[in-house]
Amino acid sequence: MSTAFDHPEYNYKVVRQFAIMTVVWGIVGMAVGVLIAAQLAFPALNFDTPWLSFGRLRPLHTNAVIFAFGGSALFATSYYIVQRTCRTPLFSDTLASFTFWGWQLVIVLAAITLPLGLTSTKEYAELEWPIDILVALVWVAYVVNFLGTIAIRKESHIYVANWFFAAFMIMIAILYIGNNLAIPVSLTKSYSIWPGTIDAMIQWWWGHNAVGFFLTAGFLGIMYYFVPKQAGRPVYSYRLSIVHFWALISIYVWAGGHHLHYSALPDWAQTAGMVMSLILLAPSWGGMINGMMTLSGAWHKLRTDPILRFLVVSLSFYGMSTFEGPMMSIKTVNALSHDTDWTIGHVHSGALGWVAMVSIGALYNLIPALFGRKAGEMHSIKLINIHFWLATVGTVLYIASMWVNGIMQGLMWRAVNADGTLTYSFVESVEASHPGYVVRVLGGAMFLLGMLIMAYNVYMTVRKANKEADNAVAAQA
Amino acid sequence: MDINDVRGLGSVFALIAFSGIIWWAYGSSRKKRFDDDAHIPFIDDDDGNPLHGDKDRSK
Repeated sequence: MSTAFDHPEYNYKVVRQFAIMTVVWGIVGMAVGVLIAAQLAFPALNFDTPWLSFGRLRPLHTNAVIFAFGGSALFATSYYIVQRTCRTPLFSDTLASFTFWGWQLVIVLAAITLPLGLTSTKEYAELEWPIDILVALVWVAYVVNFLGTIAIRKESHIYVANWFFAAFMIMIAILYIGNNLAIPVSLTKSYSIWPGTIDAMIQWWWGHNAVGFFLTAGFLGIMYYFVPKQAGRPVYSYRLSIVHFWALISIYVWAGGHHLHYSALPDWAQTAGMVMSLILLAPSWGGMINGMMTLSGAWHKLRTDPILRFLVVSLSFYGMSTFEGPMMSIKTVNALSHDTDWTIGHVHSGALGWVAMVSIGALYNLIPALFGRKAGEMHSIKLINIHFWLATVGTVLYIASMWVNGIMQGLMWRAVNADGTLTYSFVESVEASHPGYVVRVLGGAMFLLGMLIMAYNVYMTVRKANKEADNAVAAQA
Repeated sequence: MDINDVRGLGSVFALIAFSGIIWWAYGSSRKKRFDDDAHIPFIDDDDGNPLHGDKDRSK
């Protein structure tokens, strides 16, 4: 990439790097996802190779899509938004470049160690201690750089998107380090310092806030900037956004207990997790409505603008999954849904429908702007539209098949005969799940195809921008 | 005073804090400044959206 697109004041280089890598890691992470989904439908795809088996590739998939794809999207957009809304360049270009290369190194190390079976076994925190230390260093550099940029801002008010980003990165620093405290016994093996049930509680304190802060607060920061930008009008209610922020961040931290219903965790802690999850519906929907209503009076734009459609549909999926989540946290509902594919469907309605689609919408606005074009001026708007439909239909196929599978599994596992014996063996529920697994592969593959089309569109946009820059130089000469 | 009194006071504190945030966000004397703050993303707009010619509304 040439220096032709460098902003006179802001650091766009690090934003460009992270934006491009978001697309690359999205494809890699989702491709692994499609492979392991296919393995569940057709187990022969394990190829009897340990490092290709589901148990080793599943954490690779989750780490790649959450931290490589989602993380790169958050780095790119937060570095862009903080500079533009504070009207100041980044606090430190050195730290910015350290966070980019450090984060890429973390991803590569994860891609090597996880298939080798090196894992701490904690969900969304599988990486072993030396990589954890690198993550912590990169993350602290990120927090210092972001808050440092806010400290030197020229705009007196800190725009709401930056509040969400700041809360996300501070909470992730605390939770990631707290949950990964461990005693190393060798370079590749460590044991958590937390004992038994406390370890489980700490794990889901982290795990649910990987959802609440990494995958929600951070992406709400993206929403509060890119929805107004793409719609061409300010957010529906700035005052609601303030209440939304404080309510969301103060409630999310208490919800993790709902992952441990009917476990050794004390009953009161389970109930507290459930009640806080139910209360969460209010700030979640407050934010969703605030984003949606930003379009009031401009709904016609959805007809012609597929980028805006990505952003608005992502909010619909956000609203849907933040209704489903509290419902599933109710103990009696959880008694049916726990350990079934319903949970996987719920996660993907959030991950594909909300996180991925809001990121894709933001990137389609952002990438042309980073390469000297107008925001949203991609090579082909038609291809964005095709991507939109592939992503939407793919997500719906995925979550609908997992609803069917999950509820069926839950009902089969709890069915008992008159004499108290189980009606179905476990393997019968697996067999009954097969059609749903095939539909899931189809849905996932459609989503992945959309990402490949996006990669082509991004490549063509950058190529066009390079040509335009060359022509401009030639014209001057 | 035992631990349950502290827990009760915690709830009272949370209620007061939340009411305070609502009061601050919706106070009429701050309406104009928040309306202005909502326009921050459009302040240094050198890249209006080509798909629909909305102009920067802050000017």
